[in-house]
Amino acid sequence: MNLKPELLVYELSSPGRIAVSLPECDVPAAPIPASLARSDLPLPELDELTVVRHFTRLSQKNYSIDTHFYPLGSCTMKYNPKVNEQTASLSGWRNSHPLADEEFAQGSVELIHRLQEALREIGGFEAASLQPAAGAHGELAGVFMIRAWHQSRGDTKRRKMLIPDSAHGTNPASCTMAGLTAVTIPSDAEGGVDLAALRAALDDTVAGIMITNPNTLGLFDPNIEEIARLVHEAGGLVYGDGANMNALTGVFKPGEAGIDVMHFNLHKTFSTPHGGGGPGAGMVGAGSRLKDFLPGPLAVLEGGKYRMSMPSKSIGRMKSFYGNFGVLVRAYTYVRMLGARGLRRLAENAVLNANYLKVLVEGTYPVKYPRRCMHEFVAMGDIAEGVHTLDVAKRLIDYGFHPPTIYFPLIVSEALMIEPTETEDKDTLDEFAEVLLKIAEEAKSHPDLLHAAPTTTPIGRLDEVGAARNPVLCYRG
Amino acid sequence: MPFVANSDADRAAMLARIGVGSVEELFGDIPEARRFPKLDLGEPLSELEVSREIETLAAKNLGASTCAWFLGAGAYNHFIPAVVPALASRGEFLTAYTPYQPEVSQGTLQAIFEYQSMAAGLLGMEVVNASHYDGATALAEAVLMAYNNGGGRHRILLSADLHPEYKEVIRTYFAAFDTKIEEYSGAPAQAKLDDTTCCLVAAYPDFTGEIHDLKAAADAAHAAGALFIVHADPIMCAILKSPGELGADIVTAEGQSLGNAMNFGGPFLGMMGVTAKLVRKLPGRIAGEARDHEGRRGFVLTLTAREQHIRREKAVSNICSNQGLVMLQTCIYLAAMGKTGLRTVAELCWNKAHYAASRIAALPGFKVETGNFFKEFTVRTPVPAGPLAEKLSRRGVVPGLPLSRYYPSRDRELLVCVTEMNTKAQIDLLVESLKEAAK
Repeated sequence: MNLKPELLVYELSSPGRIAVSLPECDVPAAPIPASLARSDLPLPELDELTVVRHFTRLSQKNYSIDTHFYPLGSCTMKYNPKVNEQTASLSGWRNSHPLADEEFAQGSVELIHRLQEALREIGGFEAASLQPAAGAHGELAGVFMIRAWHQSRGDTKRRKMLIPDSAHGTNPASCTMAGLTAVTIPSDAEGGVDLAALRAALDDTVAGIMITNPNTLGLFDPNIEEIARLVHEAGGLVYGDGANMNALTGVFKPGEAGIDVMHFNLHKTFSTPHGGGGPGAGMVGAGSRLKDFLPGPLAVLEGGKYRMSMPSKSIGRMKSFYGNFGVLVRAYTYVRMLGARGLRRLAENAVLNANYLKVLVEGTYPVKYPRRCMHEFVAMGDIAEGVHTLDVAKRLIDYGFHPPTIYFPLIVSEALMIEPTETEDKDTLDEFAEVLLKIAEEAKSHPDLLHAAPTTTPIGRLDEVGAARNPVLCYRG
Repeated sequence: MPFVANSDADRAAMLARIGVGSVEELFGDIPEARRFPKLDLGEPLSELEVSREIETLAAKNLGASTCAWFLGAGAYNHFIPAVVPALASRGEFLTAYTPYQPEVSQGTLQAIFEYQSMAAGLLGMEVVNASHYDGATALAEAVLMAYNNGGGRHRILLSADLHPEYKEVIRTYFAAFDTKIEEYSGAPAQAKLDDTTCCLVAAYPDFTGEIHDLKAAADAAHAAGALFIVHADPIMCAILKSPGELGADIVTAEGQSLGNAMNFGGPFLGMMGVTAKLVRKLPGRIAGEARDHEGRRGFVLTLTAREQHIRREKAVSNICSNQGLVMLQTCIYLAAMGKTGLRTVAELCWNKAHYAASRIAALPGFKVETGNFFKEFTVRTPVPAGPLAEKLSRRGVVPGLPLSRYYPSRDRELLVCVTEMNTKAQIDLLVESLKEAAK
């Protein structure tokens, strides 16, 4: 890690420097009317080598999958194959314009079609759309679809969406954006949906349920088909949050178990890079009830030609053009390299790695629901007097590990949500477990080491409260 | 099997430690009848095979690099300096997560802060967030912000000359709300504002390329108590007055043109900026400056009480990701271009577009319909524009967007885009080809 402070681009700037070489103007200059013209442009002035060093040094201040084990629960920080980057950067894609005549974009539309069909098959759906730009965007599309389905049947009083208390925050937030009210359903003693509470909540004002399975506790709800049956019986629909699909590829097809609409995060299960926050891509798959409501356009094959087409009752466009195409090329590369066998092997290893790591650490870091887990598990980090999950997380950094997700899901106090992912090897898991156990000893013998952590990073713990109270959100000179 | 590290021996040792006989036993919670279904996907391919397959597919496209390319309409062919992809593709940026652990994410966080700062300067706004999915969703969320903070005002005034796909996205986002979305034609200052209007939305320039008077529109919107939202071309803002200077309360922009390839429409970059007084209503991630216990400067994601992972159903938006890598490319692009480079790019666009327009206007039967424009303008064609464009495309000149693609009745209008990528020779070829084809 690069520990040296790095100046901001403005602080590196010096008048008259330039990092690019641009062609001379080969046409007569046209005057810009003074009434329209801008007087000053407050951008820095840097030379090319300074730009290169600056961003290279910044990159060295990050932990990343390429450099560190990154067991961030629910985020699936697995290896992002280098071949994906190569196939996605072909000139034929980079220079492909979304409004080019379809005849001149057959390669792009065909790739969308192939991936669309592959993901549809993996999920067990009747149709799929690759329009949404991220998981939360796919969720929003799914909730719009459920709402539109009820509206199309004249059933306008269904304004409630049931959401288990273990759900990601995006689920209730998506409901609000779709004009629905989120109603929380508690978990039962096994960490699944409390069926009695579900039955009690179901009535003719319920639009549906949003269910994540395996859920954020890393547990597969064995009652999934019963839950879907109950919701359907009450006139509602079932949304599946596919954030954890890497536990299920080749193992279980949600579309065959009563899920009406579901998103997959291509940047999780399908190995596209997280990029420090995005871009993602969020396919939505749908069964018979909702397939005509998918956001469009979708790729179709007709008479040997590929074209984009809007489903008959589509909720419309979720973004301009056709989804995050560059991300789709990466996901397609991955699906083709794995094939059916590889996709099942992926899920097996995701679940094997998580269960193995759980067995190694659960004696020291208690797991609230001590069942067999799927691709991740949630332990608790308050392992000694005065020591919290945050301290354990920060101490892990000093040992060269990215911390797990902390304080989520909200239904486990002091949560440490650990997802080793399918691409890690046994040695890394052994080493990580050893460090976790060592930190637990330090928590008792030298808790100050945990409280002071991290000490091996460019900066220590930051005053986040102060930052929010007096926000400095851009360079002020 | 690719990308899975454990050997069979590792797996056996791990299963023994867990205390199960086979990996299948770990899936006991899956309903038995549904467990391990057949996937109709074919056999795994090697890296060599998949690379060849995808190269073959990509080669079926006709791209901007092999033609005289004058098609824009929301996705733009601009120059990308080599430093941009070279630096942004570093694994430490590419394979990092959202910077929730600031001590090990200062690279990403400082880059966000630098992007926010440079984008704010370019757009003339006080605060810019860490980005949205694309220009269309950024604009839809801007309108949502205006509606949610409009104290019950339910009228939304959109320019009829907003990008047609942006209008569709706004309508998708607003399907569930009891709002009145109306379209006005022509100058935004002429839109019929009233005390039920939450926002006036203008494009700078609009879809036809026209640059309208925004100052008068801002004054009119503010006099009516509405917010003024501007969707801007960010490269144009390097030489023309920024939307902030002209009185916008919220600015959105499509940042694809700032260092990102067209990629068949994505991933793109939704830029969004606001005035300081709207900052706590702003959706999306924001990085801010912070200090550690030794007083050292660092950066964190801040004002998170707006966001879904903290506020759940009370969050200002459901957005969870940002376009991290695309934002980073734009950050590097803006740093590399800098004050002089970006102005030069904008001036090249301006000069070349005006040269092309003056030559096309001189052709018999052709008319340039746009008055004030930057790099894109609408041409009335003497013959239907759709077939004309198709004919020219086959000869390697993609002349622009026939407006009939979105508006079937506007079959003699062509939206032509000229950037720094077009040489004088290409422009002359376009002019000759138009003349020839219209005979």
